[in-house]
Amino acid sequence: MGNVKTTRNDFGVLKTHPRLVYLDTCATSLKPDPVVHEISNYYQEYGVNIHRGVYELSHKATEAYESAREAVARFIHAKPEEIVFTKGTTSALNLVASGFGMSLIQEGDEIVTSELEHHSSLLPWMIVAKKKNAKLIYVPLDSSGRITFQNYLSVVSDRTKVVALTYVSNVLGYITPIEEIIAHAKSKNISTVVDAAQAVPHMKIDVSRLGCDFLAFSGHKMMGPTGIGVLYGRHKVLSKMEPIEFGGEMNDNVDKFDVFYKETPHKFEAGTPPIAGAIGLKRAIQYLEDIGVETIHDHSKRLAEMAVKELMKMDGVRVYNEEIDTSVVAFNIEGVHPHDAVSVYDADHIALRAGHHCAQLVSKWLKCAGTLRASFYLYNTEDDVERFIASTIKTRDFFRNF
Amino acid sequence: MLNLENLYRQVIMDHYKNPRHKGLIRNPEYKMLHLTNTSCGDDITIQTMMVGDIIQDIRHDGTGCSICCSSASVMSETLIGKTREKANEIVEAFYSMIKGEPVENVELLEEAIVYEGVSKFPARLKCATLSWRAIGAILNKEEGEDNG
Repeated sequence: MGNVKTTRNDFGVLKTHPRLVYLDTCATSLKPDPVVHEISNYYQEYGVNIHRGVYELSHKATEAYESAREAVARFIHAKPEEIVFTKGTTSALNLVASGFGMSLIQEGDEIVTSELEHHSSLLPWMIVAKKKNAKLIYVPLDSSGRITFQNYLSVVSDRTKVVALTYVSNVLGYITPIEEIIAHAKSKNISTVVDAAQAVPHMKIDVSRLGCDFLAFSGHKMMGPTGIGVLYGRHKVLSKMEPIEFGGEMNDNVDKFDVFYKETPHKFEAGTPPIAGAIGLKRAIQYLEDIGVETIHDHSKRLAEMAVKELMKMDGVRVYNEEIDTSVVAFNIEGVHPHDAVSVYDADHIALRAGHHCAQLVSKWLKCAGTLRASFYLYNTEDDVERFIASTIKTRDFFRNF
Repeated sequence: MLNLENLYRQVIMDHYKNPRHKGLIRNPEYKMLHLTNTSCGDDITIQTMMVGDIIQDIRHDGTGCSICCSSASVMSETLIGKTREKANEIVEAFYSMIKGEPVENVELLEEAIVYEGVSKFPARLKCATLSWRAIGAILNKEEGEDNG
């Protein structure tokens, strides 16, 4: 297990901006030097295309790309052929909705989702529902904003064909009881799609134990590069699923009027894939595992809890998630629009997210014009929490004076 | 703090808390345009009534941060009573000021000069200019929907 205390020195952005307090990891994590180096190394030393070339360099690039797939498979306890590389979580979830959902869902069917979803988990299914005249059903959230197993049971029916839910909320940080939900859905022959973008940076994922049909996440939220994401799909399901993009490398044979696709996962990866992204993601997995995902989780959760404890003592501050499951704090300063607040933090070199966080239904459920969100990760420190709290007091007082 | 104090002037916060010309009215003589900044949720509707070439009235409504909402109020105060041509000149001057470019006729801006500090906060440029974009579009492209 690594020591989180020394990791700050691994991050170029923090070295370039020594005063920066980066509290926007939920949007994207910073990238450690080994990951940046690995990507640069590919471009500098063997930056050629994969699969196509029979020359040695191309073989090396192909090996690196495919070994990234194996690393991802090991990381989440899947088989390599169950790992499809995509641009990110968004394109992975869209692939499921278009490639799988559009042929599965029929008129009158029901798709169960929630108001906690990121737009990338919700909108692909909303569109499927509209096109197929199917119904989108929302799991009612409990009083604190959580998805509960009981509430899931209250909406699931004989017409339910798909359950598409987030594993960890990107606004409130709550962990969904996804294991129970998947187990129940499986017993009813309901397909399950898990948005794990916020879960993967914080917890060990074992798809063989979860038993979900699909699970998606992004590289860039777990210290890997942008532009690479993962769709895990059960082999049986992926084998039957139609690709939605057509072009180079996804086929075995092309005739004038017909095409024969490759086997999964390659049939889903038309065109030149994000090669550097996959190679960088493999290095990010190694970095994450060297330190230990539990160590990272415990550290960032502890900082978020410290922050919430201080915020709760403050007059004029409203916290939306008093219980911390992961490392997100959602809050507002009373009477101050989140975008006004964020400029004051910014002047103190504190990077916070403000607004809807691509999850407008959460803001609507909370009945607010968006929230401030501080998210902590392994490179944050207790000093960051203190500066964040001091800046919160300053922001509150600054706007009180008008 | 100096930059922040320049961004959040007393006048701006006063217009935020006590907006002038706020609230839409039903009158077919008004042209209307609704604009949003989707990334942050600013949402503003602007209405205006022209009598000949003169801006007789401007109304606004919506939600957003103090910079966005107050700016709609200040814009209304500044442009009511102006000719279309003069209003266009003021809108252009406002854009230049917000971008930190030199403004020839600073006095044109009247009270809107208080948004000078926004140029130091590029992330807030969209907030300050939303209502000005709306009025510009109504005045020039006749894009405004008929009010109903």
